[in-house]
Amino acid sequence: MVHSAHAAEAAARASYGRLVAILASRSRDIAAAEDALSDAFAKALTTWPTGGVPDNPEAWLLTTARNRLTDTQRRDARHVPETDVPEMANPDLDEFPDARLKLMFVCAHPAIDRAVHTPLMLQTVLGVQAADIARAFALPTATMAQRLVRAKSKIKASGIAFSIPEDADLPARVAAVTEAIYGAYALDWLAGGDTLAGEALYLATLLTQLRPDDPEPLGLAALIAFGQSRVAARIKDGVLVPTHLQDTQTWDHRLIGHATAMLSRAQKMGHIGRFQIEAAIQSVHANRANTAKTDWTALVQLTDALHHLYPTLGSAVAQAAAIARTKGAATGLVLLDQIPPKQIANFQPFHATRAHLLAMDAQPQAAHAAYQDALKLCTDAPSRAYLMRQIADLPKT
Amino acid sequence: MRYTFLLYTDPANLAHLTADDWDAEKQLYGAYIQDLKAAGVFIDTDRLHGSDTATTITLLGGTERIQDGPFADTKERLGGLFMVDVPDLDAAMNWARKCPAARFGKVEIRASMMG
Repeated sequence: MVHSAHAAEAAARASYGRLVAILASRSRDIAAAEDALSDAFAKALTTWPTGGVPDNPEAWLLTTARNRLTDTQRRDARHVPETDVPEMANPDLDEFPDARLKLMFVCAHPAIDRAVHTPLMLQTVLGVQAADIARAFALPTATMAQRLVRAKSKIKASGIAFSIPEDADLPARVAAVTEAIYGAYALDWLAGGDTLAGEALYLATLLTQLRPDDPEPLGLAALIAFGQSRVAARIKDGVLVPTHLQDTQTWDHRLIGHATAMLSRAQKMGHIGRFQIEAAIQSVHANRANTAKTDWTALVQLTDALHHLYPTLGSAVAQAAAIARTKGAATGLVLLDQIPPKQIANFQPFHATRAHLLAMDAQPQAAHAAYQDALKLCTDAPSRAYLMRQIADLPKT
Repeated sequence: MRYTFLLYTDPANLAHLTADDWDAEKQLYGAYIQDLKAAGVFIDTDRLHGSDTATTITLLGGTERIQDGPFADTKERLGGLFMVDVPDLDAAMNWARKCPAARFGKVEIRASMMG
């Protein structure tokens, strides 16, 4: 039951972005396309249960939404005729295999504020509600809705084309899209669900098909696939399980094989990139299924490379956590203490990692305080349960 | 689709240009206009006198007021414009980054509401 509901949701998501892309491709009016599509979904909910599900539900939705859009445009005198949706008596959706891809390029266009790329992609390509996006970005719904509306108005008014960018622009444009997909994936990772990660993997795979010789989309797809392979192992009895302690029997070994193949294809192309390194880090963890132990030396090398080439707060914390395994907790703590306190005030992984290293370094009281700091920043139930268990396991002083 | 490029420059960024430099600039603009025409996208262009020569008129509030100077005293001044006809924003951006004004100032791209 849960599975089929999941499948239906995934199918609806896949259709959503494709239909929005097709409906908005000529007028570039994403908001109008979304309105028409939500009317079509509403009509489906009332007519399908009694009249039966049409043979091609997606084509039915497209035709219904298109009629709706044409009606609205005829009624609305402000619209000039040239923004009419192309008439197609019998829409053949296979003619639009890359419709979602084009919409992704629109969402991550350099003329659109970078901070809106991921939210816009979540809403228009995946059909995520503005309220859910706002929650994921820790913003008031009205603020997020306003940013999305503004971005869509700009796309329409400024004439951003629904097309695959020209060859000269393509590398930079693909990089922006990979960043936006990663943003969607990372968001989901924190929220603890897996539906969006599956979608992120699908979108990354679409990009790899467009750019088979670009290693970064492959690296991103591999990174997401490694993460996805551990969905069943990540939470046990409601408690988060760190990767190096997960039961490798419950990992999806077919997906690990797929991820490994994509990563080695990327690595053969001979230029390094952020997502490749992150995927390589995950491949070291995955290899524990074969060797029964985590290769911390390899992880130190990779997290070190990641932090030097693509420094972020996350890479700094990952580097400290890895080095603590090979050179001792004190060495890791020294690295953590080099990060300016202002930057990490609201960064939960910093406090959780620092707490863990303090506990390893036989400083239970300081560890306790750091775990409390982490807990204050943590809303995800399995992660909270994990932190509370770590606190309970500290030696009493 | 019609786009207007509004060319903004901080006069301080032009202070070092010699007479020869200005001649070279004129040649660059001439070549840019030729390129736009050859591509069939050129509509119009203009180069404006300095904003210190501007006159601003408003009927806001019901009475006419005339101001000696630009409406807003900003560091960067509107110095000229181009109008082009291209299919989409990407094409407009490609022409805007070739505009000689982009080297000393900023080129603001605005799509026409008239299509």
